[in-house]
Amino acid sequence: MEKKILIVDDEPNIVMSLEYTFKKQNFEVFIARDGGEALEILKHQTPSVVLLDIMMPNVDGYQTLKHIKNTNSLKNTKVVFLTAKNKASDIEKGLKLGADKYLTKPFSVKKIVSEILELIA
Amino acid sequence: MSNYALVAIIIVYLAVLFYIAFLAEKKKQSKWVNNPYVYTLSLAVYCSAWTYYGSIGIAANTGVNFLPIYLGPIIAAPLWIIVLRKIIRISKQHKISSIADFISLRYGNNRFLGALVTVVCLFATLPYISLQLKAVSETFEIISDDTSYISTTVIDDSTFYVALLLAIFATFFGTQNTDASEKHKGIVATVALESVLKLVFFLVIGAYITFYLFDGTSDIYDKISKTENFEQLVTLGGVEEGFNWFFMIALSFMAIFLLPRQFQVSVLENNREKHLKKAIWLFPLYLLLFNIFVVFIAWAGKLTFGDTQNAEYYTLLLPLKHGNSFLATLVFLGGFSAVISMVIVSTLALSTMVSNNLIIPYGFLDKFIKNQPERNSKYIKNIRRISIFTIIITAYFFYVSFSKELSLYAIGLISFVIISQLAPSFFIGLFWNRGSSKAAITGIIVGFCIVFYTLVLPFTLQAYTGTDNFTQHGFMGVSALKPHALLGIDFLSAPAHAFFWSMLFNVLCYLTFSLTTKGNYRERNYAEMFVDSKNFSTLQDSALVWKGEAFVGDIKNVLVRFLGEKRATRALQIFFTKYKLPQDTQLADARLINFSEKLLTGSIGSASAKILIASVVKEEQISLVEVLKILEESKENIVSNRVLTEKSNQLTQLSLKLKDANQELILKDKQKDEFLDTVAHELKTPITGIRAATELLMDEDDDMPKEVKAQFLKNILQDSDRLGRLINNILDFEKLETGRLNLDFAYNDIQKTITKAISSISQIAANKEVKIINKNVHTFKTNYDEDRILQVLTNLLSNAIKFCNPKTGKIIVDYKLGNERIEISVTDNGKGIPEEDHDYIFDKFYQSKHQNTIKPQGSGLGLAITKQIVEKHNGKIWAKKGIKSGATLVFTIPFK
Repeated sequence: MEKKILIVDDEPNIVMSLEYTFKKQNFEVFIARDGGEALEILKHQTPSVVLLDIMMPNVDGYQTLKHIKNTNSLKNTKVVFLTAKNKASDIEKGLKLGADKYLTKPFSVKKIVSEILELIA
Repeated sequence: MSNYALVAIIIVYLAVLFYIAFLAEKKKQSKWVNNPYVYTLSLAVYCSAWTYYGSIGIAANTGVNFLPIYLGPIIAAPLWIIVLRKIIRISKQHKISSIADFISLRYGNNRFLGALVTVVCLFATLPYISLQLKAVSETFEIISDDTSYISTTVIDDSTFYVALLLAIFATFFGTQNTDASEKHKGIVATVALESVLKLVFFLVIGAYITFYLFDGTSDIYDKISKTENFEQLVTLGGVEEGFNWFFMIALSFMAIFLLPRQFQVSVLENNREKHLKKAIWLFPLYLLLFNIFVVFIAWAGKLTFGDTQNAEYYTLLLPLKHGNSFLATLVFLGGFSAVISMVIVSTLALSTMVSNNLIIPYGFLDKFIKNQPERNSKYIKNIRRISIFTIIITAYFFYVSFSKELSLYAIGLISFVIISQLAPSFFIGLFWNRGSSKAAITGIIVGFCIVFYTLVLPFTLQAYTGTDNFTQHGFMGVSALKPHALLGIDFLSAPAHAFFWSMLFNVLCYLTFSLTTKGNYRERNYAEMFVDSKNFSTLQDSALVWKGEAFVGDIKNVLVRFLGEKRATRALQIFFTKYKLPQDTQLADARLINFSEKLLTGSIGSASAKILIASVVKEEQISLVEVLKILEESKENIVSNRVLTEKSNQLTQLSLKLKDANQELILKDKQKDEFLDTVAHELKTPITGIRAATELLMDEDDDMPKEVKAQFLKNILQDSDRLGRLINNILDFEKLETGRLNLDFAYNDIQKTITKAISSISQIAANKEVKIINKNVHTFKTNYDEDRILQVLTNLLSNAIKFCNPKTGKIIVDYKLGNERIEISVTDNGKGIPEEDHDYIFDKFYQSKHQNTIKPQGSGLGLAITKQIVEKHNGKIWAKKGIKSGATLVFTIPFK
């Protein structure tokens, strides 16, 4: 099975690093700059993981997560929050909404890779 | 004269009054309505039917004892220039709508006190109004020849219909405005007219009796001096009678200030302070004229009828006996005038109190909070209308079941004694800032109870049981508790006795409680404002020590509910202009809180206004420094041991305040947290970029292509720059926000500054191939901080570049001179700013929802800083509306 990942973030520099990293790990990488674009891509693609920022224009990460959770075809897709919001209450909220993992910025690329691989293993 | 003719005359007369009131209301600004004579004559509402008929009764029965009731006001009149002027000033400044409002505001807007005063006024005025109705009813009976006909039910009692007509009149002209502190020109004009009529008619009948029926004053005197009890009629008693006189004069002295109707005409309806100057001599003259013939009419009546008739109605009986029903009708109309003006002004005053100090604050406030402005003002008006009707109808039933037996004079005095209970809190509170609300409440309640026991109860029992057991033997037979002779003081007349004891304890309670208890800060501030009203106009909005948080928006919402959108907006505009605040100020300060309370006071009374405003204000405890300041103020008082104990009390208070101050800090922290959260998020973004790129570059196992490497290095550079900018901006913003940034004003050429700004940013523009045009090349020198304005221009320019398309982008910088300000604009042909964002783009960390195509590398603080700088120059900044393509941002700097 081919590994597919959707990276949703509005910061191009961060996206670039993540894209490079996951391509190295032989992922097929999709990129969206906000929740709206992400949902558009998810209409046609079923990635194994969605790496999701929270604070984005238009449709934010929480709303995107809710959409994914409500879509039957995506029930096997894992969702991982990757955000600068690192307060305990934020993390609790993210996990309560149904995220499979909650990772915070700034991050170590290696750590992200290992967390994601562990999740889809 | 037949019943019907009389009723017809009454109706025509009322119609004329209606018409005059209507005219006056229509020509509010006319000189005919606004002059010192109308004002003085309206004060003569003091002379009610009690005066018109009752004085003669007293003169006939007990001699000159009717005089003290006029001597009090005559003594009071010269003092008006000091006392009344002060009261008028305070009332105008606070939009006070009744005496209850006045007293409750003096004691820090105490809701209970306002209600208490209202109740006291009700007790004092209801019997008084019923007395007026009684006079109408009895004179009606005398003058109509249909004496065989005695009304038995309400339906065929003409007095009931007279009462109804009066209620309609009062309702119609009394509730034109929701704001009860507005003037009632119509009512005042009719009252003034009625004052003329009653005086003229009274003088006419006096002259008729003295010079036509008798042969002048000496004729009457000669004849009466030959009767038996003459001596008693013209001499004063001994020392004891002196006391009676003294107390009666004091009583009427207070009444002229405190009676709700007097407060209404003398304070609330006063147009100009200078009208007082005329009133202080004209009003006593009026009273003097009113009393010229009293004695002679009384004697003439006594000579004619002996003791067979009710002396109070000699003025009617004498002309009737000589067949002159025309004159009798005039006298009747004069008396009727006195009744109308008294009843209407009193009910107007009472209904305002009942609605603003009793009903609204104790039950209707919640309702108002939810309602629309039009419905609110309708509600308030309806409450007042219903109050007016209820008061007059209650007075009518009071009359039917009660006061038929009592003389006019007796009821009038009870009213005076009851109303005088307000005197200590009113007068002392006006000149002594220590008077506290607890003291006022206790004084009034204690005084009222004593009056009730010594005056009201005996009268009531006597009227009901028909015996005077209670008066004769006292409560449970204890003679020291005889209601008319407490502790054996039996030489005073019943009202003087009640007045003496109630006032003694009222004042004692007031002084004791004032000296031993201390009001809260709010109360002490109002005390200061009332007592020291001279310095008051400068203080008025900001005098209150107040700390709290409230938003202009919330306050505006409350105002809108009562004043309507238009008036509320206008009022706030005026306020902002007055204090030179920007029109879009968001946080309300103490001045706005006070200002809004005042605005609402006219509509719903001060207590309610306070509660309403408080509902949207988060009051904070006063800070430590402020407490110390307040302590400092009272340092002068530190002379004795007593103050030491007080100080130790204050220390305990201080430690409490410390606790509160701590809590305040926690709250402040929370707000700061939110700001820091956002800042942290913004800082983390470039750091995340740097961290990730660096990690990838450092991985030696990875054979990264060269161009990817270069890209990552470029990203790191970009993110570092962003980080640097962000930090600078945060520091700037913090400085501006806390007001620690001082501008370095100097005369600079705006054209040079614009050129500098463009050249500093030209590299970035060139990279994107965006053209920048400097349109107005003329020089113009004015005063501003060049570095800061450069910052503003660079910010606007780099924003414009950011939103321009590469290659086709064009930016025009232009300036023009306007009305005492220079207007600088930056126009681009980029994608523009959606109109819905215009109000928010200057908020910190605001990013447009439509900004998803390019992520601008801004800090989110640029425009917020820009705005702060411009406002520090007293200028304004905005995005131009109605632009078809691109965006134009404009800011102004006023000339110095």
